[in-house]
Amino acid sequence: MTTQPDTVTGAGEAKLSATAFAATDVLAGDIDTVEQAAKTPDELQPHTELGLKDDEYDRIRQILGRRPTASELAMYSIMWSEHCSYKSSKVHLRQFGEKAPKNTRMLAGIGENAGVVQISDDLAVTFKVESHNHPSYVEPYQGAATGVGGIVRDILAMGARPVAVMDPLRFGAADHPDTARVLPGVVAGIGGYGNCLGLPNIGGEIVFDPTYQGNPLVNALSIGVLPVERLQHKEAAGIGNIVVLLGARTGRDGIGGVSVLASATFDEGAEQRRPSVQVGDPFMEKLLIESCLELYDAGLVAGIQDLGGAGLTCALTETAAAAGTGMRVWLERVPLREASMSPTEILASESQERMLLIVNPDKLDEVLAVAEKWGVWATAIGEVTPSETEGEPGRLVISWNDHVVVDVPPGSLADDGPVYARPIREPGDLILLQADRAETLPRPASPEELRETVLRMIASPNLCDKTWVTEQYDRYVLGNTVLAQPEDAGVLRIDEKTGLGVALSVDGNGRYARLDPYEGAKLALAEAYRNVVVTGAEPVAVTDCLNFGSPEDPAVMWQFAEAVRGLADGCQELGIPVTGGNVSFYNQTGAAAIHPTPVVGVLGILDDVAKRVPMGFPPPPGAEGDLLFVLGTTTDELSGSEWAWVTHGHLGGKPPKVDLAAEQRLGKLLAQAAEREFVVAAHDLSDGGLSQVLVESALRRNVGAKVTLPGDARTAPFVWLFSESAGRALVVVPRGHETAFRALAEEHGVPVTALGVTTEEQVLDIEGQFAIGLDELRTAFTGTMRRLFGGPAELGAESATVASVSAISATADPSFTSAPITAAGPSEAAGASQAASAQGAPSSDAVGSSQAAGASEIASSASGGSNTAGVSGTAGVSGAAGGSGAAGGSEPAASLPGGPVDSSPAQAPAPSDKATEAEKPTQD
Amino acid sequence: MRIGVVTFPGSLDDGDAARAVRIAGGEAVRLWHGDADLHGVDAVVLPGGFSYGDALRCGAIARFAPVMETIVDAARGGLPVLGICNGFQVLCEAHLLPGALTRNQHLHFRNRDQHLRIGTTETAWTSNFTEGEEILIPVKNGEGCFVADTKTLDALEAEGRIVAWYTRGNPNGSQRDIAAITNEAGNVVGIMPHPEHAVEALTGPSLDGLGFFTSALRHLAGAAGGQLTGGATR
Repeated sequence: MTTQPDTVTGAGEAKLSATAFAATDVLAGDIDTVEQAAKTPDELQPHTELGLKDDEYDRIRQILGRRPTASELAMYSIMWSEHCSYKSSKVHLRQFGEKAPKNTRMLAGIGENAGVVQISDDLAVTFKVESHNHPSYVEPYQGAATGVGGIVRDILAMGARPVAVMDPLRFGAADHPDTARVLPGVVAGIGGYGNCLGLPNIGGEIVFDPTYQGNPLVNALSIGVLPVERLQHKEAAGIGNIVVLLGARTGRDGIGGVSVLASATFDEGAEQRRPSVQVGDPFMEKLLIESCLELYDAGLVAGIQDLGGAGLTCALTETAAAAGTGMRVWLERVPLREASMSPTEILASESQERMLLIVNPDKLDEVLAVAEKWGVWATAIGEVTPSETEGEPGRLVISWNDHVVVDVPPGSLADDGPVYARPIREPGDLILLQADRAETLPRPASPEELRETVLRMIASPNLCDKTWVTEQYDRYVLGNTVLAQPEDAGVLRIDEKTGLGVALSVDGNGRYARLDPYEGAKLALAEAYRNVVVTGAEPVAVTDCLNFGSPEDPAVMWQFAEAVRGLADGCQELGIPVTGGNVSFYNQTGAAAIHPTPVVGVLGILDDVAKRVPMGFPPPPGAEGDLLFVLGTTTDELSGSEWAWVTHGHLGGKPPKVDLAAEQRLGKLLAQAAEREFVVAAHDLSDGGLSQVLVESALRRNVGAKVTLPGDARTAPFVWLFSESAGRALVVVPRGHETAFRALAEEHGVPVTALGVTTEEQVLDIEGQFAIGLDELRTAFTGTMRRLFGGPAELGAESATVASVSAISATADPSFTSAPITAAGPSEAAGASQAASAQGAPSSDAVGSSQAAGASEIASSASGGSNTAGVSGTAGVSGAAGGSGAAGGSEPAASLPGGPVDSSPAQAPAPSDKATEAEKPTQD
Repeated sequence: MRIGVVTFPGSLDDGDAARAVRIAGGEAVRLWHGDADLHGVDAVVLPGGFSYGDALRCGAIARFAPVMETIVDAARGGLPVLGICNGFQVLCEAHLLPGALTRNQHLHFRNRDQHLRIGTTETAWTSNFTEGEEILIPVKNGEGCFVADTKTLDALEAEGRIVAWYTRGNPNGSQRDIAAITNEAGNVVGIMPHPEHAVEALTGPSLDGLGFFTSALRHLAGAAGGQLTGGATR
């Protein structure tokens, strides 16, 4: 288990609160010990406040043969939360294993921190995507930053050096004021953490849709590389081995993250959960990475587990349960940021940048020396113990200053959580929604209308240039980035000697999945697969992040079940296994769930990255230009499309048909064409259709194209330009290779349509229809993000032709206006009011006064610890910055990593300059 | 020729700098911040990153690292030193170069391929370029805005110590578009953009960054042959 909390326990109606964790200790008098629990069986315990249902609480009593202590109760509430136990999703996720195609590459799969895939005799890669949605809404900068930190530690725990990150992001309407609060903070948080870790950011997505207004999706993917023999395990094996806590000291941040924050749908009091958001320190994580890698290489680690969501509780129980051993832990040895922390708080803290090591006693000194070299804390906090009874697993016994506060079978926490087969029911509105097809909407017909539509589409928030975001990420560090955004897939060189590398893409489409979650999941898989194959790579493995509403809503559960079935079937058909991932439930505001949003990552292998195929048209070799072909079949498929959304605010009908066998044929063709160097550029066709792809490929290197659209001149050009039929790609073939390429395509059964040529003239010329200069396209394509979010104005005299973009009416787009659309209505309305209240009350004080009881409860607990106080303080600043609207490039005020005064043992005081910088006015 | 690359806690582009040295034909020697011994290297690169987490100010702590005390002395004696990004910040904090690098004017981290115009070839690190030559290398920083008082800026210009200017756009608001400067002797150069990320066609926007490393090797070869002593000729 790792990063943080995103899903939450089925909290139902219970009012969850982080203070309940502290309160449990207090309720029980001084310190609630096992001895006392046995003596006072009838003492009332706040299990509902901690998200546990009555029957779950009864089961805990049954397992222990007594009431749980305060600490035990907290641990069960955490480990049995939706986030940790997968209690609602487990029965469905089994399909990924059952339907998994045979695969000899997989060295570790589902259930591990991340899946591990062998890519050569001696090298393997590990990759996974996770969600950090709720923390990123509550506190965008820290939420997103610690999302990166968490997934990176998962990768590290497998024995790998993390080598890149990617971030699929989904926000509310682009012009909604709250999006101006959330997006800049999230982007700066991802950049602030990833850049400081020295990990290139090589891809991702940025999607706007009112469905995410009150619940943005911040998913984070990381990939790492390891020598096959360095693969690490989490088992706490070896009786007598020492349990070592490595990394940052434990503080009060993130307490209850998995159960309280991820815990439930957001209501109007989201701000008061800021203390449940963790605070990241990327410098500490960088030191942690380097020290762990040094420990692995020296063979000093018998087992390792990262601490993320659920903190020590999760790491202790999972390592012990995996090995079947017992564990004895002395909690007072845990280095603390705040001496006043109770045992329950120590166990529940989600402080970042920590790892749990299992170390042979003979090697302890060497481990401590490595930690000292890198300036990180390393503390022996316990030891692996034998089972008392033969054949039975051992027990986890935790004491605090001579009081035994926990005595449990670790497996009961880690493995034997509740499992629910929740009711499922197809959403009542689905039939009507599917009947409302976009194919019947009025279409542009005249050349002038088509021209205008192209310009309007490329300037729309979902299709426009995202450099505003991606240039805040380092894509060069480590020197192995071969392709990065805006390319279809990120491509990394893994082995400098042989050129062996990987391609990675991550995709999702919530609108498609809303219309048909089964097909929508397959379409997400198909798109990620296609994005990988256009680079010439061979797809080998899948990771997924399943973002859904509340599992307690049968309609949401139906969407989830359908999406999982679709993804499992799709993977089976494509012959590539799901190696790991994450489920994020409770993504909804009030009663309105987000669109079901399965996000799928596909990993491919390139034997020689020098042969990768980029997306941009290369400069034409001569006056004649290279040849353009569309591969695949284009039909009249516009339901769920970007065109229907941008021009009509429409969502209805059935998504494009997906034919995975055809995708596979396309993939094989592209791999061979790349290998034989028949294609010099290739670009996947998806959102926005051919129009989008022509514009992106032309602008990438400023090369024009002359295109003849096939078919009937009256209607066909529109379909050709904007249909989102799956299984297609645009390729550029040098003239000398045309015959060979066509023959190869025929051999693979992939339809080829000649489209035209690339040109030296910097114009996109759709013959018989319209022509648009690349300067005009560029102006439309690149202006949107800066207009929305302000920030990096050009400081020098950058050339850029300035054509008027005002003709493209941005405000007419539904992604801008946040108008309720079809079935998304309720969600949007609720989201808007939610966001509006956040907007109106940017400071935490104001929120406190409007949230009476709950907030003051938090405030009083926060005042006890400078740490939590710091978190809510910075969050308040961030909110205020957002309140100034899109004008300021609101560089996240909350960029303070490690708020508390925490002089770590190295020569490294907590960074503070950034915070002071951030408090300056941010208007450009 | 042996070129040392220093690793501080939080250095990130150290591996890339070492790779660039190797591709240029030199031998890269990794130096550790806590070790004052330079192990006989002929030149030193201070790489990009966030040394000591950028605590206090970028480069402010690194300046006091044991290895820096040796480097400062050696640099005063003519040892060629190239500070890239965070390395530039360290050189300013160590007073080997004038001025300071502050938060980008627009307050965002920015990563892009950046055009530079070479201002002087009379340094240990730029002799393989031509004056006025335009090159393209990546820039990526959050605190790369070069500032100094007017007198210092005037002096840098008058003495030909501006090694490179940003051109076709200034990515961070640096005064007078300054991207790189050198000391009076020409052996110490600080540059905000990243030449080490433009040394391979596969991974960089150009091969223009290689010139900095081949210049140093040429300079060292010249020094070894007795043609040059103590930094570049001016």
